[in-house]
Amino acid sequence: MSKMHVKLTVNGKQVEGLAEPRTLLIHFLREDLKITGPHIGCETSHCGACTVDIDGKSVKSCTTFVAQVNEADITTVEGLTNDDGSLGVLQEMFREHHGLQCGFCTPGMITRAHRLLQENPNPTEEDIRFGMAGNLCRCTGYQNIVKAISASADMLKAQKEAAE
Amino acid sequence: MNDQTMTPEERAANLKGMGCARKRVEDVRFTQGKGNYVDDIKLDGMLFGAFVRSPYAHARVVSVNKDAALAVPGVVAVLTAEDLAPLGLHWMPTLAGDKQMVLADGKVLFQGQEVAYVVAENRYIAADAAELVDVEYEELPVLTDPFEALKSDVVLREDLAGQTEGAHGPRKHHNHIFTWEQGDKDATEAVLGEADVVAEEMVYYHRTHPCPLETCGCVASMDKVTGKLTLYGTFQAPHAIRTVVSLISGLAEHNIRVISPDIGGGFGNKVGAYAGYVCSVVASIVTGQPVKWVENRMENLMSTAFARDYWMRGKIAATKAGKITGLWCHTTADHGGFDACADPTKFPAGFMNICTGSYDIPVAYLAVDGVYTNKAPGGVAYRCSFRVTEAAYFIERMIEVLAIKLNMDAAELRRINFIKAEQFPYQSALGWEYDSGDYHTAWDKALKAVDYEGLRAEQAQRIEDFKAGKTRKLLGIGLTHFTEIVGAGPVKNCDILGLGMFDSCEIRIHPTGSAIARLGTISQGQGHATTFAQIIASEIGLPADDITLEEGDTDTAPYGLGTYGSRSTPVAGAATAMAARKIRPKAQMIAAYLLEVHDNDVEWDVDRFAVKGAPERFKTMKEIAFAAYNQAIPGLEPGLEAVSYYDPPNMTYPFGAYICVMEIDVDTGEWEVRQFYALDDCGTRINPMIIEGQVHGGVTEALAIAMGQEIAYDEMGNVKTGTLMDFFIPTAWETPNYTTDHTVTPSPHHPIGAKGVGESPNVGGVPAFSNAVHDAFRPFGLVQSHMPHDHWRIWKIANGLGMHG
Repeated sequence: MSKMHVKLTVNGKQVEGLAEPRTLLIHFLREDLKITGPHIGCETSHCGACTVDIDGKSVKSCTTFVAQVNEADITTVEGLTNDDGSLGVLQEMFREHHGLQCGFCTPGMITRAHRLLQENPNPTEEDIRFGMAGNLCRCTGYQNIVKAISASADMLKAQKEAAE
Repeated sequence: MNDQTMTPEERAANLKGMGCARKRVEDVRFTQGKGNYVDDIKLDGMLFGAFVRSPYAHARVVSVNKDAALAVPGVVAVLTAEDLAPLGLHWMPTLAGDKQMVLADGKVLFQGQEVAYVVAENRYIAADAAELVDVEYEELPVLTDPFEALKSDVVLREDLAGQTEGAHGPRKHHNHIFTWEQGDKDATEAVLGEADVVAEEMVYYHRTHPCPLETCGCVASMDKVTGKLTLYGTFQAPHAIRTVVSLISGLAEHNIRVISPDIGGGFGNKVGAYAGYVCSVVASIVTGQPVKWVENRMENLMSTAFARDYWMRGKIAATKAGKITGLWCHTTADHGGFDACADPTKFPAGFMNICTGSYDIPVAYLAVDGVYTNKAPGGVAYRCSFRVTEAAYFIERMIEVLAIKLNMDAAELRRINFIKAEQFPYQSALGWEYDSGDYHTAWDKALKAVDYEGLRAEQAQRIEDFKAGKTRKLLGIGLTHFTEIVGAGPVKNCDILGLGMFDSCEIRIHPTGSAIARLGTISQGQGHATTFAQIIASEIGLPADDITLEEGDTDTAPYGLGTYGSRSTPVAGAATAMAARKIRPKAQMIAAYLLEVHDNDVEWDVDRFAVKGAPERFKTMKEIAFAAYNQAIPGLEPGLEAVSYYDPPNMTYPFGAYICVMEIDVDTGEWEVRQFYALDDCGTRINPMIIEGQVHGGVTEALAIAMGQEIAYDEMGNVKTGTLMDFFIPTAWETPNYTTDHTVTPSPHHPIGAKGVGESPNVGGVPAFSNAVHDAFRPFGLVQSHMPHDHWRIWKIANGLGMHG
């Protein structure tokens, strides 16, 4: 099958490559770019393990062709680590509040939570539960995930206030 | 502060040992997307395998034409049963003593069964080519009902024709697998015949699936130069897989290295050996290239490892005052097309004989009949120890049914029948010796915590309001007191394929006082790297942060039977403590030598040996470790390490009291969990944070199972719930918050008193949710309604009771 040229910004870096028109973004990320944080859990958009951030929106990369997002700015969980290599706020709060167990849903969860907190920096528990409902977790029962996201919101607010 | 000035308590706290809510060491990798799951593995020249699967539940395979598939550029091979037969690999043994087709050998027995295996340069080409394999089928009559199957002339397993003896005794019919009997039938039936009251009910625990977020998969890599096979995979039991691969492939076991990398949840799904593993190994041997196979979600739900599907007919006898006098159960177990249940060999129905539950029942009888149908094989313990969730659901429903018959409060009925604290160790009528328990204390604590009397008063008012037309919502109070049986198990009666179910730990202390420990288990999210280091920290006084845990590589880890059935802490956790305790005596001799005193003149003190009566004279474990590697100590070998293979003397018996308060809309069937209280007693608590997380997750899986999740088939044997659109997994939106609580009744036979907890919440949660639904409708005449209690089925209950006017 003929291939097309794709150009993306992934986690702040310019990348390019060749892909078939039918190549899914999740496969391009995982197999061509070796960005294996986003996972494949269902291939039908239900579980959210493949969630990435595309131009400021949470997107399930298992049902997106890489051709659809040519020239896009993509962030994966790998891009949410601090520049000095330390854990980002969400990553740290997920660890602090035991918001993960097997870790398979975690990259999608954290990437979605990252966008949720951009959309709504002051979420209630209900906002978090609704905003995260596209991401399934089989291990945690969500209670600690909600706690981790809520704590992240508080910490990000405090950081913002300190910076202002 | 230094070693001299810190109190023993401060020094103990620094170790982050048992009892500490230590943060997980795994999370630094996982939160950054740096886990290493099987689909993350990419080897040079790696090919991809994909299955051609049967669209029919029962059909003859007339022909398989692979020409078109082989013509696709990039396709390397297409395997069928015919290709595997010369190697003797077209069938494989199952964990239950049956055999199973690797690729369809003349016929298919369930929808989704593996028919051919396509190997190609990438997953897209493999999928394309799989579409082009032309299989001609001839449809056969389909049996999806086990009761029907036992009467039908249709022979499902033609390969077993004429065999009246199966792996577990006589077969009564060509679709019958085994009968398993426990307890005293005559005595139980005599009690039932004379009892004041007998409640009888059919309790169905529907077919469902563990559905971990990561599906099953593997990468097989045969090195033709060295003759070594490396098999990476989602294996809950890597050592057992190595042995099985060796036995069925003929490769010498030392030439096989099995590696379980990070596993994205298991819940029993990843215990078994699947066709994908066998085909990948064969394909790698044939091609000389690594071959990856990862099932998609639909394949996962259709073909690997269903759970439950038990039809449990029960009779429970009691006095008028509510004292239970006997329990009878006959179970019809739907095992699908092959008996691939994952149970210890001598237990074809797992530990279903724990079905007397938390109650002192003098006499009981259990019979289980296993049956072949045209459904997927599996029968794994989905977040429970072998069939314990079925047993717990059965007894906790029967108690409720009996309470209705006696017109008694179900909490009180439980209380008067609990095994009393002073009766432990308790010998159950069905053959188990419960190690320890204090059920009354747990029960009273739970009832008080939720204000049980207040809830009943509120419920009574609600019923009045409902009858007066003031509300259309009912209130259900779901009670459960469960007893688990985990930690399989004693080698004398527990084995899988002849492999005793011990487990192991090897600890090596490094010269600078850090350590590595390797275990025969494998974490799938339970946090072993965190908690087992805590056990070692407490036992040998080195900080948990200085201890690396390694599991899952059969070339380096000691042999063990793996992680399922809540056995890691009861068995490998015990081995960990015992290995640490083997290190202590040598450490003591080294300390005494360094302190120039007799061995008996030093004593253990948190993280050191100190001279008796002179605590200021001591050697820390760190100092002892260094000395072990640089001092020539007369009579002692250098080094400081130990290995323990632990064969547990008994199972452990965690228990708990769960209470669910549920609001139910009579007109829509919608439910909302208003409150869920979970009290667990798992004995000694190693890491409270992780225990709480296990309970949250396990109760949520129970919520799924009780309230909507099922593997449903139509009469043609089509799977109706093959994607996450149809297969219910609760989201954050419908999942409630849980209140966790505990009592601590240590196991008397476990080195640290721990019992295991990962599966308790699923075992206790399912009856708690289901009983809440039943309880809501009890005043309106409901006795029994089968799970899952989705909105439609709840609406049907209300409708059937005439509540829609």
